[in-house]
Formats: sequence, C-alpha cells, structure tokens
Amino acid sequence: MSGSKVATMRDAVGALVRDGDTVAIEGFTHLISFAAGHEIIRQRRRDLVLARMTPDVIYDQMVAAGVARKLIFSWLGNPGVGGLNAIRRVTEGADTSLELEEYSHFGMVARYAAGAANLPFMPLRSYFETDLPVANPLIRPIESPYGDGTVYAVPPLKPDVTVIHAQRADAAGNTQVWGLLGCQKEAAFAADRVIVVVEELVDETVIRADPNRTIVPGIVVDAVVVEPWGAHPSYVQGRYDRDNRFYRDWDPISRDPAATDQWLRDWVYDLDGRAAYAEKLGAERLRALLPSGPAPSGVVDYGEYR
Amino acid sequence: MAAERPGGEGGPAGTGAAAAFSKSEMMIVAAARELAGQRVCFVGVGLPNIAVNLAKRTVAPDMELVYEAGVFGARPARLPLSIGDPTIVTGATAVTSMWELFAYYLQGGLIDVGFLGAAQIDRFGNINTTVIGDYAHPKTRLPGSGGACEIAINARQIFVIMRQSARSFVERIDFRTSPGNLGGAEKAERIRREQGWLGRGPSVVVTDLGIWHFDETGEMRLDFLHPGATLDEIRATLGWEPHISPSLAPTPVPTPEELRLIRDELDPEGMYTK
Repeated sequence: MSGSKVATMRDAVGALVRDGDTVAIEGFTHLISFAAGHEIIRQRRRDLVLARMTPDVIYDQMVAAGVARKLIFSWLGNPGVGGLNAIRRVTEGADTSLELEEYSHFGMVARYAAGAANLPFMPLRSYFETDLPVANPLIRPIESPYGDGTVYAVPPLKPDVTVIHAQRADAAGNTQVWGLLGCQKEAAFAADRVIVVVEELVDETVIRADPNRTIVPGIVVDAVVVEPWGAHPSYVQGRYDRDNRFYRDWDPISRDPAATDQWLRDWVYDLDGRAAYAEKLGAERLRALLPSGPAPSGVVDYGEYR
Repeated sequence: MAAERPGGEGGPAGTGAAAAFSKSEMMIVAAARELAGQRVCFVGVGLPNIAVNLAKRTVAPDMELVYEAGVFGARPARLPLSIGDPTIVTGATAVTSMWELFAYYLQGGLIDVGFLGAAQIDRFGNINTTVIGDYAHPKTRLPGSGGACEIAINARQIFVIMRQSARSFVERIDFRTSPGNLGGAEKAERIRREQGWLGRGPSVVVTDLGIWHFDETGEMRLDFLHPGATLDEIRATLGWEPHISPSLAPTPVPTPEELRLIRDELDPEGMYTK
C-alpha cells in the first residue's frame, strides 16, 4: 500500500484547518469527533464558521473557547438535556455576537448533498408557510421547471474542512462506518479537505473484504488520525456507549462562564491529546461505557469471480 | 426536533382506588393510547419518545418506529436519553443515511404520524420551537426546527405532546417553525392542496390537563379532561377562549400495567415523569 495519510491529530489540524475556514465536524449524535474539536481549541483557531446539523456539546465548547464567529445548523441543543448555554450567552438578549444561519434537518442534509453532487441548489418539500425563509433568506422558493408547483431550494454547503469519526479506516483513508450514518458521506464529499478520525486503523484487505460498508473512499480523504475514544462523550456503535452523564454534567458547567473556562483548561488546554483525556477519564468510567454484550452482524458472502 | 426539557411540573393527579399517578404520567399514557392503530410513527426527542415507546409496548405493538437519526423499524431495548443512541440501531429493520430518511421515507410519504413537542403552540396547532421574542435578538433562543418543519408538512398527521401553560399555549406564537392549520381549516386545506403537501396537519394535542383534537374550523377542541384537572385550569393555561366538546369526557386513568412500564422500563429515573 502506498501513500499513507496517517497523521497525528496535532499535525492534521495544524495542516488542514485554517483561521476563517468553514469547518463541519459531522456525526448525528453518533461518532462526533470531540477529539478534533478539542485540538482546534488547543491550536487556538479563530473566526471559524462552524457547520453541524446539531451543534451539540462540542460546538458549545468551541464557541466558549472563542474559535467561532458563526454557526450553520438545524437543531441547537444538548440532546435529552436542554440548551447549549455557552452558545445561548452569545445568541440571546443583549449579546447576539455569534452569527446564526439556520435550516431544518432536511435542509442541512440537502445542502451537503448539493455540495457533494456539485449542484447549484437542492429542492425540497419543506418550509411552506413558516418563518424560516424569512429568518434565513438563503432558503428560497422555486417553481418547478415542469410546471407542477413550488418547492423550496437550499444552496450547496461546501465546507473547507469536514471531520468525521469512524470505527475503522485503512492508511489510505478508505473509511467504514456502521450504526447511525448521519450525513457524514455527504459532508465529506462536499468538502475541500477531509480528516477521518478512527478507533482502529485496519489493513486494506479488511476494507476490501466488505466494500458495502465503506462510506468514504480514500480519494477524498486528506488525513487519517487514529484516536481511540476520540468520540467521547458521544458514542461509537459496538465500541462504547453515549456518556449521558457527561451531557447532563455539561449543563451546570456551561451555565457558569468561570466553570466553563476551568473545564476547558482541565480537559483541553492542559492535556496534550486524546490519550491523556482518556487516561484522565479513568479506566472505570470508560469500562462502564462498553456495550452490555456483543451483537455481531451475520457474515455475507460476496463470492469470488475470476 | 422540537424543544422538550425534562422534568417540569408533575404534581399529583389521581389518587384513590386506582394507583396514584402524576400529571406527566397521565399525559404520556394518554398520548400513547392515541397511537392505537397507527403503522409508522416518526419519533421526536423527549416526551414523544417515551409516549411512542409506551405505545409500542401496549396499544401499537406492530407500529414501526422511525428516528430522524436514520432508523426505520427501531426496537430500542431501553429508553434512549437522546434520540440518537446505539439502542435504536441494534435490532432495527434498516439504518439509512439522513438524506434517505428525509427524502425517501418522509418526503416519499411513508410516515403516518409525526410526533412532536413544542415550546409554543397556537389554537390552530402552529408550532414554535425557534425563539421566544424577536428573531434577531431573542429573549430565549430555542433549539430550532430539527426535522419538525418537514415532518409537519410531510407526515400524514401530526401528534403533539406538551405541558399546558399560559406561556406555551398562546394567542400568537413568536415564530412559526412548523405549520399547523395556519389561520384555520379552510385556508390550510387550500394551501396543502395547491402546494401538494402530503400532510393533513395536526390531529391531536395531548397535555398534562387533557386531550385536544381539531374540529372542522381547524381549531383545537378539548375532548377529554384528565382526572384532577378542571376547566378553570384549562382556561388559566390558555391564551384564547377554548372550544370545548359538548360531550367532554374524563380521560380513563392509567392502568397499573401502563404505570409499571413507565416506571420500571421506560423512565426509571423519573426524568419525564417526576
């Protein structure tokens, strides 16, 4: 195998994420690369436009750390818990300094799909009779060229950098995921640069033995970072569970700016990477997140054809 | 999905011969029973999630649960805190990308019921989950649409579950995130027809005080009053003069089995029911 793209998180973020970039760390509740978000904070990137369907706790932390000037999103909350308090502090009342560009989930997915497919827009049946196109004038009505009515269009979203987390990839960046797929494929194909963060680096033969499971081919990937536990406190199907306790604990921490800063010092700035983060979490905390049992897929036979 | 914070008021509602239950438990049970006979339900975060999972274990065992995260035919073995959780994947019929889920399953017309929460709702079932106050400088920034906007337009019918309060049941919502019956049934039906919506709009709103269906004018009508709730309470938690069914009836109390499922299986920590 030639052309290994394996890099450290520090080098991948250092080389591929620049001030002012539009950055999408995607993964819908599942496979959220907190490790990449934390490295972006550590390297003190500034003026980023952060795109994500659900900004989640990772973008709350990144906004608190001052890396972002704008969010592009479709659901802004701490899932199952409540609001994102650092983001609320700069989007409510007297301080609305964080710019927001807001869609629905289907709109965000359609934006990535248009970006991936190199289309000028994507039509969808949503937004009728709502205030969303007023709040965001980029959501526009369009007549069907075939004379059967009006739909809404959203523009393509082409991130400068997309980061996705996955169960496994090979050194060339051929990436396999199972469990919730979110919009990672669309977000990766739409991006100029792609960082894949994986739990496990595997040989090319492992990928080729199960090509249906490949969501992103190495040809669109710029760096492969091997970072076990890199998605914590989100989860990795079959490897570790969502750390719901963390999501609940973040609520009181994020309500208090001083506590938020302290958390960022303790868990981001003062650590040199994900291995140190996992060690600080401790073996007991991590062990409690392992699946309660195995649920392996059946084996399929692709057949050999010579 | 729509805003729904756990916790909230859940004072005692029923006591006496049957087991005691909270207002929140009555609300969840009533919402679950409304799902009897439905085939495919799109599940929202928070209260919809627990109501749908209760229905699956009681009145609608064959119902297919669809999660916007990209799962059709989920069989969650535990109640997920978030609607994205590994338990909705293991044992499911299909896992799809979110593009497929929204484009083929929802927009393609497979969803019978979209089950939503709301921060504000008006008499016609129009929903706000975006902001309280002015959009540019909101008093409260809420989560936004998630999938709710397109669910409201493309699911065959919409169920809403939310606690009733004067702040949430308002004459005028601050932002229309998800369309209901717009300004009334006549206009809503014309627009749905002209624009080719698959959805027929909201059909039920279940609160901690009662069950509302929508009458021929497109407005909510109170059909059932939960045990312990009064019409004075209904009016005190509503921003308009309500339509009340001439055959208003008391909501049947939760059965011991429904309460056991909620307390032992679905919400043992009392996140939604305490």
